[in-house]
Amino acid sequence: MVAQNAIFAIIALAMGVAAVRVVTTKNIVHAALYLVVVLAGVAALYILLAAEFTAVVQVLVYIGAIVVLFLFGMMLTRAPLGLSADLDNDQRGLSLVVALFLFGVLAAVLHDAYGSTELPSDNPVPTSADVGNSIFQDYLVPFEVVSVLLLAALIGAVVIARRD
Amino acid sequence: MLRNAWVIPALPVLSFVLILFFGKRLPGKGHELGVAAVGLALLLSIVALVQWVDRPADYEVPPPGEHAAAEGAAHAGDDEHAGEEEHAGDDEHAGEEDEHAGEEDEHAGGAVAAGGDEGGHGAAAGAEEEHHAEPVRRPVERQVTWFSSGGVEIQAGTRMDGMAVVLVFTVCLISFLVHVFSTSYMHGDRRYTHYFAALSLFTAGMLIMVTASNTLQLLFGWEMMGLCSFMLIGHWWEEKANSDAALKAFLTTRTGDIGLLVGLSILFVSAGSTFDIAEINDAALSGAIGRTALVAAAAALLCAVIGKSAQFPLHTWLPDAMAGPTPVSALIHAATMVVAGVYLVARLYGVFWEAFDIGAGGVNPVAVVGGATVLIAAALAFVQSDIKKVLAYSTVSQLGYMVMALGVGAWTAGLFHLFTHAMFKGLLFLASGSVSHAVHSFDMKKDMGGLRRHMPVTYATFLIGSLALAGVFPLAGFWSKDEILLGASHGYELFLVVGLLGAFMTAAYMTRCVYLTFFGEFRGHGHPHESPRAITGPLVVLAGLSVVAGLLNAPGIGLFSEWTEGVTTVAAGVEHHDFSVGLAVLGSLMGLAGIGAGYAYYWRNLGPHRLTERSAAALSGYRLLENKYWLDRLYTDMIVGGIKGPVARAAYWVNQRIIDGVVNGVGIGARAVARFTYDVVDQKVVDGVVNGTGIGAEEGGSALSVLQTGRVQQYAAFLFGGVVLLGGALVLFA
Amino acid sequence: MYLNQFLFLAAFLFCVGVYGVLARKNGVLVLMSVELILNAVNVNLVAFGAFHDTVVGQVFALFVIAIAAAEVGVGLAIVLLIYRNKHSIDLTEVDLMKG
Repeated sequence: MVAQNAIFAIIALAMGVAAVRVVTTKNIVHAALYLVVVLAGVAALYILLAAEFTAVVQVLVYIGAIVVLFLFGMMLTRAPLGLSADLDNDQRGLSLVVALFLFGVLAAVLHDAYGSTELPSDNPVPTSADVGNSIFQDYLVPFEVVSVLLLAALIGAVVIARRD
Repeated sequence: MLRNAWVIPALPVLSFVLILFFGKRLPGKGHELGVAAVGLALLLSIVALVQWVDRPADYEVPPPGEHAAAEGAAHAGDDEHAGEEEHAGDDEHAGEEDEHAGEEDEHAGGAVAAGGDEGGHGAAAGAEEEHHAEPVRRPVERQVTWFSSGGVEIQAGTRMDGMAVVLVFTVCLISFLVHVFSTSYMHGDRRYTHYFAALSLFTAGMLIMVTASNTLQLLFGWEMMGLCSFMLIGHWWEEKANSDAALKAFLTTRTGDIGLLVGLSILFVSAGSTFDIAEINDAALSGAIGRTALVAAAAALLCAVIGKSAQFPLHTWLPDAMAGPTPVSALIHAATMVVAGVYLVARLYGVFWEAFDIGAGGVNPVAVVGGATVLIAAALAFVQSDIKKVLAYSTVSQLGYMVMALGVGAWTAGLFHLFTHAMFKGLLFLASGSVSHAVHSFDMKKDMGGLRRHMPVTYATFLIGSLALAGVFPLAGFWSKDEILLGASHGYELFLVVGLLGAFMTAAYMTRCVYLTFFGEFRGHGHPHESPRAITGPLVVLAGLSVVAGLLNAPGIGLFSEWTEGVTTVAAGVEHHDFSVGLAVLGSLMGLAGIGAGYAYYWRNLGPHRLTERSAAALSGYRLLENKYWLDRLYTDMIVGGIKGPVARAAYWVNQRIIDGVVNGVGIGARAVARFTYDVVDQKVVDGVVNGTGIGAEEGGSALSVLQTGRVQQYAAFLFGGVVLLGGALVLFA
Repeated sequence: MYLNQFLFLAAFLFCVGVYGVLARKNGVLVLMSVELILNAVNVNLVAFGAFHDTVVGQVFALFVIAIAAAEVGVGLAIVLLIYRNKHSIDLTEVDLMKG
């Protein structure tokens, strides 16, 4: 138990700092890298929560594809590499206030609802097979829809971004 | 003719219309039509008179209150008589007779029903009262309904009783003689045709009034005469004095006519919504009219009499009316129109009898007015140098006699004096016209004198007229004046004195007039000669009548009384008095004394000649008379001038400032309100609201559009902010 | 382990992501912040799945990942287009909806 808590604390701390850096750094590429840290942290959390398949998929898709996409995007849009002071717009104050209030509300609610709920620790660990079974039996339709969605997104992206 | 008496006024009306339309084209310029119409009317009036005299006097006048019942019940019996009489004279159809019979039957039927109820009561009352009611001739009434209004039927028709018959005859006679006279007198006049038209219209008006069966018709004729009087006085209106005189006459009589309207209205209402004269008299005598209403009505009618019959104090118009042509003066202002007031009193005698308690003796307003007029006017006749003015004041004085007679209860005497006066006063005026025709002037002192040599016929007739006026036995004036004195001697001794004094004065001033005109040396210019036949003819006729007319009512003969005494006088209980030789002698003596005084003063040059030069009191008295008691000054300058000046100006000021001010103020106020409404309410408030709504929306939109920056992140910020707030609210309150 | 610690963490990530979405000018950075948000949601899902001893949480999270990928692709395509038209992906300049 202590190990889990300790690991969680480390991961959480890293993620928190990294997330804050994502939104505050003046270097756009560093933001992407900080994002990688966050995503990795999330994967670790998945492992902690005994969701191994999801963790792997997270790493594969998010870090592997999406962040690369981001980097390509930065490249294609001639993002200002290096330090740039021009990455924040002028409603930072308002945004901070909103974010803080949102956090406050959420925290209050969470505390109120799940104040001392413990995660059961002796549940069986779900396997990938279970996840697969669930997807292809109970949630087949959403799965197919998602695939169509991906197709649409693919075609859409191509259409939007082509030169003509 | 009695039943068709409407023809008599219709003839002059017809001639009036014809003269207006065709007169100028006729060879005689219209006088043929006028003379023919009035001549024919005269003949018919004689026929009517004869018929009336032939009527049996078998009608027992019932005590007042049963008039309707008795008249109705007896009507049926009378019908056969009427039928027999008229078959001779008229071409009346049997159908019309039946129609009249039908009317009478209805009348009888209705009345008998009422009479049945009252019959018992009446009989008892009759037994109580001592009515030495001699039976009289029943009047012939014939009416048609002219129109009806407000539930009241307005009749037009004729009521021929003794008084009406006699007066119709008188009017037609004098009018005829005046017409003949005018053909010569007015020869070559600038408005000859109009003159005859007006003369015809006047005659028609007087006849309509005299034969009237109801007060409205009486009023109609009265007003017609007033109009014609105005027209004829102002016949030569190019001279301002004449038109002034015409206006004065009209307006003065108008002042009295207010009383006429008021009086007739009161009588209409209080006698049970009827205009019928017989019914009004009956209602008055039976006490159906309340005391206050009765006295008020009688007083108001007395005002009308004062105005029309030139009694003091509204007598001022009559002397001025002499500005009109002399035949007009003779007809209208001596014989006929001025007696309309006397006629009014005589006709509605029941009202006056009851209102002023004439039967009781003492003093009453009618007698006072008449008596005052007698003396006041007689005094004024002494200081006139215009012959017509002397005659005018004499007329006023004699009218006073008539009114006084009616006031003392001598009804027949007053009427008889009216009859005889028409004869000799008409004669005197026409004779003065003859004189002026010769000397072309009316001024006795300057242009006349010694005319008896030049104009013998005129002189003779004038003398006869003067003697008749003075009341010398056995001429007409003696009998009528004596009857008045007789009436006054029973209960009205004061007025007996007045009457005797008046007789003295009358004789005196007429002697003066005769002397100045016909005796002495001729003071005028030119060569006066006797007037043509057309002028002297009527004079002779009237002179003859002045001699014999009086005998009509001489004691023992008494035909006039018998003919004229009718339902009203009998019902009222007007008394007859026996002839008093002593009084007759006394009256004659007064008259002779007056003549003697005049003779002494003028022929013998005795008496206080040139008194006014020696005595200041006499001079001031003379001045007083000369200025007609300053009454004209009072009326014209003070009363009228006062109204014309300050009162009119004040009224004008009120009108301009106050009334117009109010009206204008309302207008201005409305305008101001409108302006306020426009400026403030409409422009500011209403438009403000309307515009404000628009502006509010616009400004709000502008204000809100600041939020729309187009920047998605800002929208997202607001979105999340909203979510936070909602979420917070949900968390806190749910 | 408490459930709450995962949830709190997820909430924190979410709020940071919200801040990033609202406060960042560069389009790509905004998309990255959106990724943060999505990941926070995923953590929540999986945590609750674990709590309720069901695999549904994971399944849902997988779907979210898939969709997130699609969304990033399309999003970046849009950003590229914006860049091509305006030669800048400064989101404050994209205000054609202004007024």
